[in-house]
Amino acid sequence: MTNLTELFTGDLKKEVFNFRPGDTVRVHVKVVEGSRERTQIFEGVVIRRRGGGLNETFTVRRVSYGVGVERIFPLHSPRIERVEIVRRGRVRRARLYYLRKLHGKAARIRERR
Amino acid sequence: MEGILGKKLGMVEYFTPAGEAVPVTVIQAGPCVIIQKKTKVTDGYDAVQVGFGEKPERLVNKPLKGHFKRAGVAPFRYLREFPVIDGEDYSLGQEIKVNMFNPGEKVDIAGTAKGRGFAGGIKRHGFHRGPMGHGSKYHRRSGSLAAKGPARVFKGRRMPGHYGNERVTTQNLEVIKVEPDRNILMVRGAVPGPRGGLLVIKKAVKAGK
Repeated sequence: MTNLTELFTGDLKKEVFNFRPGDTVRVHVKVVEGSRERTQIFEGVVIRRRGGGLNETFTVRRVSYGVGVERIFPLHSPRIERVEIVRRGRVRRARLYYLRKLHGKAARIRERR
Repeated sequence: MEGILGKKLGMVEYFTPAGEAVPVTVIQAGPCVIIQKKTKVTDGYDAVQVGFGEKPERLVNKPLKGHFKRAGVAPFRYLREFPVIDGEDYSLGQEIKVNMFNPGEKVDIAGTAKGRGFAGGIKRHGFHRGPMGHGSKYHRRSGSLAAKGPARVFKGRRMPGHYGNERVTTQNLEVIKVEPDRNILMVRGAVPGPRGGLLVIKKAVKAGK
C-alpha cells in the first residue's frame, strides 16, 4: 500500500531538525493576535520527539516562575518558524519524563560534545 | 456523474497555508473507468458501472474477462454502479478522476466498517457500565431487558451481538484538498473502514443544509 510518509514528503519542511531529547532549544512560534502576527520564543528542554512524517511532534519543557510548563509543537507546522539549538544534552533515554519529578540541581543535563 | 471509488490510505494532520492543523483522511480516489452502461431499455434503470484498482490478469475468470474486453480496458479489482439521469453523456472507457470534487465541497463516504466481532452492549450500543469496584459485581453487563408484564422480550431490544463489518456512510465530510496528478483526495475527519478498504465517495446528499 502507498506509504503515507512518502506521500507527504513534499509537505515536510525543508530544513533538517537534528535536535534530540535532552537538547535545550529556542522555538520560534508565530502567534496571531487579532490581525497582527509576531514571533514568540519558547525556550526549554526537549523531552520527547514522537510520530513520523507530517505527524511528527516534539515536547519542550521549561520551568517558568516555579511552574513546569510543557508545550507540544507539531514539527512541520508552518507556525513553527525555526528551532534553534542552544545547548546539546547527553541523556540516556528517549523520553525524559523523569525530569518532571526533579528540580534545581537534580534536573541538570550533562552537555554533549 | 455523482461519485468515484477510492481506497483509504490513512489519516494525517494536514496544515493549511494559514498554519491551522486539520485532521484529514487521505484517500486514493480513482482513476475509475466506465465499464458498462445500464439503460432503462435493457436493464430497467439508468446507471454506469465503473471499475477501480488493478487486478492481475491471472486472477480474472473467463466471464469477467469478456466483460472487461467489451469495454476495452484492463481488469479491475472492484466494480460498482452509480445511478445516472442520462447515460448519453458517458462512453465506455471514459475515465473519472478526483477533479470532479473541489476543496470546500461536502461529500458522503461509504465503506465497510472494521469488524468488531461479538461485541457487548457498551461498545455496540453505547450503554453505560456499572461500577468496577466498591463491592460491585455488575460491571459491563446489560441491565433490564423489559418490563415484567408482557412476560417476554420485545423484538428489536438492543443486546450484545455481532458489530462492525457492515456498510457505513459518513455524511457531509468537507473536502480539504484535491490532487488530480496523484489521484489524492483529502477530507476532514474520519472515514469508515480499515486502511486499504474500498470507499464509495459521492457528492453530499444533504449538502447546503
